Amino acid sequence: MAKASVSPSAEERLILTKKNRRWDEVRGRSLVTICAVIMIAATIAVTVFLAQKGLQSFTVNNINPIAYLTSANWNPTGGENASFGIFPFIFGSLAVTFLSALIAAPLGIGAAIFMSEIAPKFGKKVLQPVIELLVGIPSVVYGFIGLVVLVPLLRDHFPGIGFSLFAGVIVLTVMILPTVTTIATDAMRSLPNSLRQGSLALGATRWQTIRKVLIPAALPSLLTAIVLGMARAFGEALAVQMVIGNTRDIPGSIFDTAGTLTTIVTLNIGHTTYGSIENNTLWSMGLILLIISFVFIFIVRYLSGRRKI
Amino acid sequence: MKKMKLSVLLAMFALVIGVLAACGGNAGGEETEGNTSGNSNSGGGEASETSIVVAGSSAMQPLVAAAAEQYKADNADADIQVQAGGSGAGLSQVQEGSIDIGNSDVFAEEKEGIDAGTLVDHQVAVVGMTAAINPKAGVDDLTKQQLIDIFTGKVTNWSEVGGEDQEITLVNRPDSSGTRDTFVKYALDGETPAEGITEDSSNTVKQIVADTDGAIGYLALSYFDDDTIVKAKIDGVEATNETIGSGDFPIWAYQHSYTNGEPEGLAKEFLDYMLSDEVQTTIVPEQGYVPMTDMKVERDAEGNITEK
Repeated sequence: MAKASVSPSAEERLILTKKNRRWDEVRGRSLVTICAVIMIAATIAVTVFLAQKGLQSFTVNNINPIAYLTSANWNPTGGENASFGIFPFIFGSLAVTFLSALIAAPLGIGAAIFMSEIAPKFGKKVLQPVIELLVGIPSVVYGFIGLVVLVPLLRDHFPGIGFSLFAGVIVLTVMILPTVTTIATDAMRSLPNSLRQGSLALGATRWQTIRKVLIPAALPSLLTAIVLGMARAFGEALAVQMVIGNTRDIPGSIFDTAGTLTTIVTLNIGHTTYGSIENNTLWSMGLILLIISFVFIFIVRYLSGRRKI
Repeated sequence: MKKMKLSVLLAMFALVIGVLAACGGNAGGEETEGNTSGNSNSGGGEASETSIVVAGSSAMQPLVAAAAEQYKADNADADIQVQAGGSGAGLSQVQEGSIDIGNSDVFAEEKEGIDAGTLVDHQVAVVGMTAAINPKAGVDDLTKQQLIDIFTGKVTNWSEVGGEDQEITLVNRPDSSGTRDTFVKYALDGETPAEGITEDSSNTVKQIVADTDGAIGYLALSYFDDDTIVKAKIDGVEATNETIGSGDFPIWAYQHSYTNGEPEGLAKEFLDYMLSDEVQTTIVPEQGYVPMTDMKVERDAEGNITEK
């Protein structure tokens, strides 16, 4: 740093470091600002590009957006009779998302309470690493296990042919469980100890403390955990694609096959040519996925904004 | 003052990034390695070109990759990258010039949004396909009409076509897949298949048909290499290289390699190599395809068959 070879006087040192500090300040500041700007630019670029590409089915191919969203008839290769209705896939996406959140939420929050309130040592040493390990497994592995283990199991013990909404829900539940659990655990752990002590001092049991004090206090963060889990479930394609059947009908029961926006896009995009109607409608599905994940993000922002403690 | 300068600089930087991202996207999705070839193309003297990119049909990828390996073993300085991605992507990218050879299971004329006039078709092999049936269905021979009835949902139980009393489960490929196009066109006479499970990979289709009682799907002949699935005869004709070559077995398609204009340099040499006896008599049959030399009939984009 300081170039002076002989030990400089205090005054000199101060001047030298002051100079360095200013340069350091500017350099550090520019570095992190550039990082931030790149991220913002990337997000904007993706959004603009997807909007431009996704709107083409309506502006260039003149598909009626209302019919596109509400019709249940998807037959893009029908030539003259081609029809583009993606309602079954929107329905499928929302169904797997909400159903898996419905299972993962109590499991994840339960595990979080166990780890933070009941057995903090065991939780931190054993349970948390085990759950975090689940994040590292690639989704294709979940899909493959679903295909060779889960689907035959469902086929033997439930109505239907195994490939079903239910299979997709189970696979997704396992996949989003770590997200829900980790965030919920952090939320519970970040609650101030004074809450627990105050409640216990008033004579409440541990369970009463958890149920009446801690859960309500952590609720906004717990909801955030669930919504983030749902966002992950909504965007997952590969694992779901392998077990859900990818049909274009609205499922009549949980044991029926279904399709989701993501699985239809990944199945078809490589086979279509850029600029064709079918390709454009797939981009529109991508746009809808983006819009819905924006909605998820806004919900998360709103929920964490309400956090009081 | 300094702050102002910095923020102006950053704003310009952001603009550049934004423009770059938009451009990259417009050129069309997945061009990770496509760039290199694009450069060598535009820079290109034909003799000096030692690197090409081949992409497209995932069904053709193993065949072309095997041939490319062999070619690279004989020509050390040649660099041939073979990628999958789907027939539609292959055709789009070769038309844009971001790859050198685009593989497709179907004629370029059949794909919407492709100007077939500028593309040159090189048919490097023929792929035969037939219905794959779960062994427990007890059926190994179907008439074409029965096949149509099964896939359009008129027949829903194997007992109606002489098999066991078992529900039929259909396994389809995605809407625009080349395999599905071929099967619909030549096996179902253009009838739209009824709803069923849809899977993208032939391996998954094979696994599902093998595991699910009463399932039926369609696969290229190379997938019938064990007895977990039944290779259906159509109208009593077994699918073999001979019956396909003679035109007796109807469900087959060319494996097309398209170039944008007449091929030059390494692209031309590699395509010539694909059609050489060396490849046609070894790699092509090994990979489960029918060599072009075995074909006694020809088919055009409209599906008209003529004797060679």
